[in-house]
Amino acid sequence: MDRKDWPLFEIFIRPKNGLSHKHVGSLHAADARMALDNARDVYTRRGEGVSIWAVPAAAIAASDPSDKASLFEPADDKVYRHPTFYDIPADVKNI
Amino acid sequence: MYTQGLDAKAEQGNQPSPRLVTEEEGRLQQGFQDRVDAEEKIEPRDWMPDGYRRTLVRQISQHAHSEIVGMLPEGNWITRAPTLRRKVALLAKVQDEGGHGLYLYSAAETLGVSRDELIGQLLSGKAKYSSIFNYPTPTWADIGAIGWLVDGAAIMNQVPLCRCSYGPYARAMVRICREESFHQRQGYELMLALAQGTPEQKRMAQDALNRWWWPSLMMFGPSDEQSAHSSQNMAWKIKRFSNDELRQRFVDATVPQAEFLGLSIPDPDLRFNADTGHYEFGAIDWTEFNEILKGNGPCNRERIEARRKAWDDGAWVREAAVAHAAKRKQRALKKAG
Repeated sequence: MDRKDWPLFEIFIRPKNGLSHKHVGSLHAADARMALDNARDVYTRRGEGVSIWAVPAAAIAASDPSDKASLFEPADDKVYRHPTFYDIPADVKNI
Repeated sequence: MYTQGLDAKAEQGNQPSPRLVTEEEGRLQQGFQDRVDAEEKIEPRDWMPDGYRRTLVRQISQHAHSEIVGMLPEGNWITRAPTLRRKVALLAKVQDEGGHGLYLYSAAETLGVSRDELIGQLLSGKAKYSSIFNYPTPTWADIGAIGWLVDGAAIMNQVPLCRCSYGPYARAMVRICREESFHQRQGYELMLALAQGTPEQKRMAQDALNRWWWPSLMMFGPSDEQSAHSSQNMAWKIKRFSNDELRQRFVDATVPQAEFLGLSIPDPDLRFNADTGHYEFGAIDWTEFNEILKGNGPCNRERIEARRKAWDDGAWVREAAVAHAAKRKQRALKKAG
């Protein structure tokens, strides 16, 4: 028997309260509970975290890198979305 | 623990494809190389040349196998560690190696190979792993020598891999390197205890150094003239320094450490060159290295047999895990229904 039935889980760890969960790696497990147990053994051996998320890799929808231009370039020419686009006289404070 | 230049002869992995490259492919390849040259990381779903993918799958999986097989020579001593302090350290180190294997298998999987495929290659004997793990560990001093020398060589080789152009591999290496330094320090501390112990303990430490020194130098792989993959891997920024450069760094760092221990390096040609600031060392016996790669090392068969046995003996656990997961799912459904 091999492990073809063991899906891949992506593992996210919150290093400490106040910070977001961050992707740390992946592992195979029979189910989510086992994924959490194994993630604890593998990814938190030295106090790396206070909380673990295990997400089935198959459940993640990802953008296609080849769509990078159409997705992200339109943001590049919208300088008016940044505060530095607006001219405020130097005499005006706290803005 | 470690990846090494295992392939003295060119494999198809890096050979330019004999068929004509289309204009579209040429454009993609140029774009890829430009990104690598600009030190941009390549991520799993990005376009990459087939040779780059093949090279990475081979290197990362060999590295993963090395971590897993590397648990065996040290695991041999867990039950016989002389003190509880040494035992917990060794246990933690061997557990780390298992974790390193997992990080690396995961990184390899992002390139489109399955875990079962990779493990199958290891168990069938098709895959290679670091030559160093085919040596036996007959005495307790071997555990010190492995931590000090083998992990020391591994660190020398792995630190530049943290800047490898392939994102998942580089990230795995950052985690591994962070954990690896404890491995080397516990090994050196162990050697120090023996070197400062009874004459018999010191003899044991010297004997271990004698046996592990040359194999550790071989871990850096064939010399630059013999190494088939180096130039392409450098261009792809998979590799940052040549085998010989890294080997020299290791010798320069390690010789003074041996002197501190009061042990002597088993190389009559070893001398410090004050002009270059480097140690010069004797010729390496590559026939031994090649024999081990061919499967004729002292422990090649034993290692693979141990892995196969572990895999077979663990079959019921894998089956039980699947059955248990199915049962839990059923129960949850019933409760909800």
